[in-house]
Amino acid sequence: MSSATEPIDEILKKSYDAGFVTDIEQEYAPPGLNEDIVKFISKKKQEPEWLLQWRLKAYRRWQQMSEPRWAKVSYPEIDYQDICYYAAPKTDKDAPKSLDEVDPELLETYEKLGIPLHEREVLAGVAVDAVFDSVSVATTFREKLAEVGVIFMSFSEAVQEHPELIKKYLGSVVPVSDNFFAALNSAVFSDGSFVYIPKGVRCPMELSTYFRINAAKTGQFERTLIVADEGSYVSYLEGCTAPMRDENQLHAAVVELVAHKDAEIKYSTVQNWYPGDENGKGGIFNFVTKRGLCEGEASKISWTQVETGSAITWKYPSCILKGDDSIGEFYSVALSNHRQQADTGTKMIHLGKNTKSTIISKGISAGHGQQTYRGGVKIMRGADNARNYTQCDSLLIGDKCGAHTVPYVDVRNSTSKLEHEATTSRIGEDQLFYCRQRGLSEEDAVSLIVNGFAKEVLKELPMEFAVEAQKLLGVSLEGAVG
Amino acid sequence: MLKIEDLHVEVEGKPILKGISLEVAAGEVHAIMGPNGSGKSTLAYVLAGREGYEVTKGSITYKGEDLLEMVPEARAAEGIFLGFQYPVAIPGVSNIYFLKAALNAIRKHRGQDPLDAIDFMKLSKEKAAIVQLPDELTKRSVNDGFSGGEKKRNEIFQMALLEPSLAVLDETDSGLDIDALKVVAQGVNALRGPERAMLVITHYQRLLDHIVPDVVHVLIDGRIVRTGDKNLAKQLEREGYSEVRDAPSL
Ligand SMILES: Nc1ncnc2c1ncn2[C@@H]1O[C@H](COP(=O)(O)OP(=O)(O)OP(=O)(O)O)[C@@H](O)[C@H]1O
Ligand SMILES: [Mg+2]
Repeated sequence: MSSATEPIDEILKKSYDAGFVTDIEQEYAPPGLNEDIVKFISKKKQEPEWLLQWRLKAYRRWQQMSEPRWAKVSYPEIDYQDICYYAAPKTDKDAPKSLDEVDPELLETYEKLGIPLHEREVLAGVAVDAVFDSVSVATTFREKLAEVGVIFMSFSEAVQEHPELIKKYLGSVVPVSDNFFAALNSAVFSDGSFVYIPKGVRCPMELSTYFRINAAKTGQFERTLIVADEGSYVSYLEGCTAPMRDENQLHAAVVELVAHKDAEIKYSTVQNWYPGDENGKGGIFNFVTKRGLCEGEASKISWTQVETGSAITWKYPSCILKGDDSIGEFYSVALSNHRQQADTGTKMIHLGKNTKSTIISKGISAGHGQQTYRGGVKIMRGADNARNYTQCDSLLIGDKCGAHTVPYVDVRNSTSKLEHEATTSRIGEDQLFYCRQRGLSEEDAVSLIVNGFAKEVLKELPMEFAVEAQKLLGVSLEGAVG
Repeated sequence: MLKIEDLHVEVEGKPILKGISLEVAAGEVHAIMGPNGSGKSTLAYVLAGREGYEVTKGSITYKGEDLLEMVPEARAAEGIFLGFQYPVAIPGVSNIYFLKAALNAIRKHRGQDPLDAIDFMKLSKEKAAIVQLPDELTKRSVNDGFSGGEKKRNEIFQMALLEPSLAVLDETDSGLDIDALKVVAQGVNALRGPERAMLVITHYQRLLDHIVPDVVHVLIDGRIVRTGDKNLAKQLEREGYSEVRDAPSL
């Protein structure tokens, strides 16, 4: 029997519900990366010449760059020549035109993951784009959305159907050479979602993309681009899962958001990539570049993320507040259990006058998990009366995990106001005992306390997903106490 | 209902309880009084199954079962409730959500269906009224920013909702003003019944004016030195612990 003050540190096994593999015939590019592979991907997608040139330029830049090493994560060297850069379920047709044509095996996969792709099903208020390895396999409610002028389709289709929009916005927020992983993504990105909300339109339903890595030894490099025209509104959610495998797999996505005058984009992520086992074997390396541009006056971009998966998370969804009176928000819950490492945060760059940003970060570490909040607030010379509020809380479960906070502040305008608050707490034996005395199991008690800790962020999620996210936090901590 | 025999308990290697024997039958209310540090809360925690309290000798039988074999949540499900001397806060978790989860966990253990939100709210309103707990407090985070008295009232509210068979109330009266004391006592008395037993830990006779005990025990330095009826509490108040310890039994 341990004493009342001894930390709770016994690690048991954790369950990962999404860890199954779909047995489906796939088409692969040979492993390795060179100009021919870039051309192969571009050709597979029947892309216009300009896009191929854009990819090749990115590839050449990438070759000259090196992996960033400043994050507080350690992992074995990634052999970029040992990864497949393209994998897609084999189909007779070019792409399924309607849901009836989608391979039943795939429909079943998404069904198992709780993402029904039938338009009549439970999530009737949510349109879904399902991306399986390198391609989008289905997009629901396209016609219904088209009635109000909303474009929601896979990136590959958008390249064909709306080349002018893609050409205008692709790389406009995250330039090709922004960083090592963004350059890699720009060279080999395979699919993702494209959203355009026309002027004055409030998107009538939640949009979501569900990313699934299935193939072994394959990387996923998706690209998402969302453009909200003047006075429009959209709420978008992405979810991610992958099978349990012993090898690490690379996921390097780029997300670009553009909000014009008076437009608002709410972008939510529930990231549950396979985190590896309790000894740190396997799991996804998640290196993601996400950035939003508040281009117009009084525009608003809000990032909400619940990060429970991945062996390594490296991601800093950011906002460039260019328009006067624009608003950027970042709400994050990140959880690292077992041997997971997360280095995540945000960057708020204030350019316009009266720009406001809010950062609420909740980090939860358990087991040997390591968690770093890395946040930057930059107030540029012209940003009169800019405001930032940063709150950064860490919760520790056990005594072998770690939490670190690395805030950077760069203020070049004296009229700005910044506030920063940070706390670190530990789940107490007394809290757990109190809950158990009232009849809750130890695991339910941990889940309850953690959800309470994360509440401020969870309440920002769309209703349909908040419950899922709560459950996920509980499941991800299974075995964190004993 | 509860039978404690020759119970010895150590905390971090230090003996705290040194041979306690106690029997509580269904329908009875026992009071435990004793000076600071005598081991009253320790006894309460051992009954509830808190980690770090090592039973080195003796046994506890509850409803005919070996209580020491059960994890805390199983004891709760079997009807043991501990009103904490110092209730802890759980930020971000609303009282009502917490209690619904607790009640439904206990119902599940008993093979009952969970209460849905509507039925639960109805029940909760009813019980909150008994201890006059303001609606606002039922919605706030568990004990977070509650005043000392509000926390104690909240414990009794929880007890009323969970309807335990054995309630152990650890200094539920301390920190309460006179009116609140009456309200809490009413809440406790409302729960008294032939099927229930209570162990009321207190320093003050005045609580026992409202919750009249069947038996009073005096715990000093880990041992029960005197057992008597409600008049023992009155004698204690008059004469203090040292007198009572040395005097012959009533
Ligand atoms: N974790 C611990 N480590 C060391 N000693 C402890 C620990 N917990 C309790 N004790 C000791 O055990 C003894 C009994 O404590 P307990 O809390 O049971 O007393 P009590 O009778 O409830 O007192 P009070 O009337 O002040 O509430 C005290 O001397 C206390 O210091
Ligand atoms: Mg005490």
